[in-house]
Amino acid sequence: MILDLPRFVEKERPFWEELDRELDRMAQGLAPLKDITYSQKVLSLFHRACSDLARLGSSTAEPELYAYLESLVARGYAEIHAAQPRLRGFRPIHWFFQTLPQTFRRQLWAFKIALAVTVIGAVVGAILISVDPEAREVVYPFSHLSEQTPSQRVQKEESSYGIKKEMLENSKTTFSAQLMGNNIKVSINAMALGLTWGLGTIVLLFYNGVILGAVALDYIVDGQTVFMLGWLLPHGSIEIPAILIAGQAGLMLGRAVIGWGTREGVRTRLRLITPDLATLIGFVALMLVWAGFVEAFLSQYHEPVLPYWVKITFGSASLVTLFAFLFLSGTKTRSE
Amino acid sequence: MNHNRITTLDIATPEGVVFSLPLAGVVTRAIATFIDFAVAMAAISIVQNVLVFGFLIAPDISQGALLLMQFAIVEGYRAVSEMLWKGQTIGKRVVGIRVMDERGLNLRPSQVLIRNLVRLADALPAFYAVGGTACLFSRRCQRLGDLAAGTVVVISRKASPPDVDGVLGGKYNSFRQHPQLEARLRQKVSRDQASAALAAIVRGDQLDPDARVRLFGGMAAHFRTVVPFPEETAFGLTDEQYVRNVVDTLFRRK
Repeated sequence: MILDLPRFVEKERPFWEELDRELDRMAQGLAPLKDITYSQKVLSLFHRACSDLARLGSSTAEPELYAYLESLVARGYAEIHAAQPRLRGFRPIHWFFQTLPQTFRRQLWAFKIALAVTVIGAVVGAILISVDPEAREVVYPFSHLSEQTPSQRVQKEESSYGIKKEMLENSKTTFSAQLMGNNIKVSINAMALGLTWGLGTIVLLFYNGVILGAVALDYIVDGQTVFMLGWLLPHGSIEIPAILIAGQAGLMLGRAVIGWGTREGVRTRLRLITPDLATLIGFVALMLVWAGFVEAFLSQYHEPVLPYWVKITFGSASLVTLFAFLFLSGTKTRSE
Repeated sequence: MNHNRITTLDIATPEGVVFSLPLAGVVTRAIATFIDFAVAMAAISIVQNVLVFGFLIAPDISQGALLLMQFAIVEGYRAVSEMLWKGQTIGKRVVGIRVMDERGLNLRPSQVLIRNLVRLADALPAFYAVGGTACLFSRRCQRLGDLAAGTVVVISRKASPPDVDGVLGGKYNSFRQHPQLEARLRQKVSRDQASAALAAIVRGDQLDPDARVRLFGGMAAHFRTVVPFPEETAFGLTDEQYVRNVVDTLFRRK
């Protein structure tokens, strides 16, 4: 096709420049997209630019013009065809009370697997400790757990409460921040390791379960069940479910990579679960911030500073509230 | 290395048009990552300096705040920047790249979040070894975070319509006496050749004199064979003037 380029450019340039301006406005969120006349006008400008690009495709003497039109069409395509919600449209209240619990329930299968893997790990941990008490040094990640028996620790914590209280008073915020950062990193890893066909997530959940089971059995056998519940429940009631939900996200990712039970390609599968992953991991971060505060400001105080029944009640109430929220919130759909 | 690797992402629109997005390579991305790392470190250093007085008054709260800010900056800076700047961070802006949905669409906030969270796995065991390897072996140079979020990193460009008037400076072009030959020249010269000729004119002053003579000599000889103009039209023109006339013919708007 013979194209009179100078005339073509002269005739079309005003339309390209107008589209360019409108795309800039759209990108800044200033375009009145709800106005149907405006939207139709932008769409028609975009179609015109597409048509110009197609016409120019057969003419080879205007590389810069071709690059300009290609860039214009690419921007137009990204703005016009992307019907996804933008950050500006994010409604936190709706997200928290509707989207989040609904997402959790929709992907409940993965949570059940994460829970099962952790429970199996806990059983294995308990068996390891009961068969070989020396394994404590290998299993426990913190030296203060393996270097003393639960009874010794309880005695130490309760007798030195004055010194410990003073120490904690001077480092509560720092300790809380360390806990939040570390736990959030572990949770993100639990999710990200789902890319290893879910195996990395399973290993991480299993190992967490092993530690949990070993510690629990150790304290129960030593007759320190109440201390253990008072120590772990306040923050663990949120922290452990948070790790499980991160594992749930990791297993969703693993399933999408494997493609088990679906016909779509891997890219489509990953694209479909991305919003759910973001929702779950966002909630995990919120939970761990809360758990970090509770662990630093509540869990580390024992009797006689804080009665165990207060801590156990607080932890149990947190756990019940969390699961009541996850299973009941957002179940009623608003009638139109 | 993946031998099926592509350098551009071709997107076919429902309007029946195909456009290409040039993909960013591993080295470009590594430079952007390094710059972002430096920016994050600078931001942490600023926060540290701001909190100096806080350490004197309330050391625990200041230390806690510093730890949280460090975590938020290291883990959140890129995600927030990419959400607010349409797929760009400071490092990406400097090297001229941006993150996009792999279908050529705008990024969704959930995609930004996932690609930045999986960064922790990409950074393992050190210096982005996992992510870099994934990039090298992936067809579209995607790290794990990109694969999980369905994103690609493209070379960012917002081209403007060609404006060669400034380069040509409104000089007289004897070829204008032959509009039919000019039309033939526009049809016969390929996009790459036209682009090379324009680049030669724009950057001519930066060339070594000998190289300049050789370059325009070769180009003029080539264009003379593509469409020969009458003897009297090309008479007295130097090779550079000849190429300048060709560029004027190819890029002139009126």
